[in-house]
Amino acid sequence: MLVIDKITKTFNPGTINEKQALKGLSLTVNDSDFITIIGANGAGKSTLFNAIRGKFLTDSGSILLDGEDITLQPDYVRARNIGMLFQDPMLGSAPGMTIEENLALAAGRGGWFGRISKADRELFRERLSLLDMGLEDRMDSLVGLLSGGQRQALTLMMATINKPKLLMLDEHTAALDPATAEKVLELTKSIVRDNNISCLMVTHNMQSALDLGNRTIMMDQGNIIFDTSGEERAKLTVNDFLLKFKEAAGKALDSDRMLLER
Amino acid sequence: MDISSILSLLQTSVELGLVSSLTVLALFLSYTMLNVCDLSTDGCFTLGAAVGAVVALSGHPFLSIPAAMLAGVTSGFITGMLQTKMGIDSLLSGIIVNTALYSINIAIMGNSSLINLNKTETVFTILKTALSGTSMAGMYKAVIAVIAVAATVIFLALFLSTRLGLAIRATGNNPDMVRSSSINPVFTTLVGLCVANAFTALSGCMLGQLQKSVNIDIGTGMVTMALASLLIGRAFLGRGKITTRAIGAVLGAVIFRIVYAVALRFNMPAFMLKFVSSVIVIIAISGPYLKSRIPVIKRRLSAKKARA
Repeated sequence: MLVIDKITKTFNPGTINEKQALKGLSLTVNDSDFITIIGANGAGKSTLFNAIRGKFLTDSGSILLDGEDITLQPDYVRARNIGMLFQDPMLGSAPGMTIEENLALAAGRGGWFGRISKADRELFRERLSLLDMGLEDRMDSLVGLLSGGQRQALTLMMATINKPKLLMLDEHTAALDPATAEKVLELTKSIVRDNNISCLMVTHNMQSALDLGNRTIMMDQGNIIFDTSGEERAKLTVNDFLLKFKEAAGKALDSDRMLLER
Repeated sequence: MDISSILSLLQTSVELGLVSSLTVLALFLSYTMLNVCDLSTDGCFTLGAAVGAVVALSGHPFLSIPAAMLAGVTSGFITGMLQTKMGIDSLLSGIIVNTALYSINIAIMGNSSLINLNKTETVFTILKTALSGTSMAGMYKAVIAVIAVAATVIFLALFLSTRLGLAIRATGNNPDMVRSSSINPVFTTLVGLCVANAFTALSGCMLGQLQKSVNIDIGTGMVTMALASLLIGRAFLGRGKITTRAIGAVLGAVIFRIVYAVALRFNMPAFMLKFVSSVIVIIAISGPYLKSRIPVIKRRLSAKKARA
C-alpha cells in the first residue's frame, strides 16, 4: 500500500519561473489497485510519478510504501520496489548491451560478482516468450537494434521481473503505433493482473482511462480534483467525465490531445 | 636496413606497444565502457611509474607492481569522488587531479624530477637473469609485457561479465536504467575509475622499469596517445564480444607504436610523437562526423550552382 500525505513541490523557487507543481497532494493506493490518471498538460501527473520514484525529494509531506517511509530515500533504493515505464521507449534499457544483459541487470541475482547462469537464461527465455515477439531467440542481440514497441515490452519485462510493490506507467504506449500500443497494453494488463501488482497509469485517452483498472483519478494544477471507483465509475461515460472535470476545476478540460482521442 | 635491425625495431615497438596497451585497456574501461574521459590519465601514469620506481629502489621489485596499482586506485577514487559526490564536472575533475598529481609525483620521487633505475633490481632484471643462456634470453621484456597484458585482458573479460561489470557498462550506456535496476551509478562510476586507474598506473610502473628511468614527464600526452591507440584498435576489432574489443585495444596500441617507429625511420623527429597522436585522435573522432556531413555540403554546393 502506498500512502502519500500532503506532498508539495515547487520548482525554481524564488525565480520568475517558479512553479508550484504539487500542492499538498494526498493519495492512498491500496494493494492491487489499478489506478488510471488523467489531466491536462502541466496538471502534475509526471511530477507526481517523479516524486514517488524519487527523481527529486518533495519539499514537504511524506510518502510511505508498505509502511516504510521512503520520503527521503534516493531513487535507486526506491527502485527495488517501484517499477516505472516512460513514454519514450528508449529510456528504460541500455542500447549498447544485449537483451540478456539488460534482463540480468534488472533481475539483479547472484551478487556483485555473479554471472548470468543457465537458470537465469531459462527464466529470461520463459519470460520473453510471454511477449510473443520472438525476443527469446534473440537474447544476444543488442537492445539498440529493437523497435520501439519491442523495447517498451522488454522494459515492461525488466520492470516486473522482480515483482514490484508498485508499477508506474507514464503514457507508456503513447509513442508506439496503434497496433503495437494495443499489444503492449494487453501485456501490461495481463502482467499486472497475474502478479497482482498495484499500478498507476497516466493516459490521455479518456475511454481507456475509464475502461482500464478499478479506479480513476483526475488531476489539475498539482492536485487531485476527482477520484472515482466502483459503481460510480462503472456508470461514467466520457461526457460525464468532462462535466465532472468542469465542475471540479471550474473550467473546461482544454487538452486538444485528450479531446481528439476521446 | 637489414632483417635483424628491422626485427629488433619491431620487437621494441611491440614491447612498448604492449606496455602502453595497459593504459589503452584502462581507457577501454573508462572511456568506452563508462563513457568518462579520464583526463587524470597522464598524472596517474606518472604516479604509477614514480611509485613503482621508488618501491623497486627500496629493494622490493615484486611489491612495486601492486604498490603502483594501489596508488592508481587511490587516484581514480579521488577523481571519481570529485565528479560523483562533489559536483565537479567529470572533465574538470580529471584535469584537477592531473595537476595535483604533478606535485605529488615530485614528492614521491624525493623532490626530484628524475629517478634512475640502471642498477636497480626490477621484475625485468629478475627475468633477464632467469632467462640468460636460454633461447628466450632476448625476449624477457616482451615476456613480462605479454603476461601483464594477457592477465589484464582476461581480468577485464571476466570482470565485465559479472553483474558489477554489466552495471559499469550500463552506467556509460544509460545511467537511468542503472538507477531503475536499483544500482547506484555513483558506486559503479567509482569502481570503474578505480580499476581503470590501477591499469594506468601499472602501465606507468612497467614503462619506467622497462626504460630503467622515470622522469616527471613520462606520462605527458599519455591520454591522447592511448585514445589514438584505442580508436585505431576500434577500426580493426571494434565490434563483437568484450574480449575481442579488448584485444582490439591492445592491437591498436601495438600498431600505433609500429607506425611511430616506421615514421622515425623516415626521419620524423621523435618530438613529433605527441603531435601525430593528436592528429590520429582528431581524424578518428571527427572523421565519421565529417563524413556524415558530406551529403549536406554537396547539396548546398549544388543548390548554390543552380542559383548561379
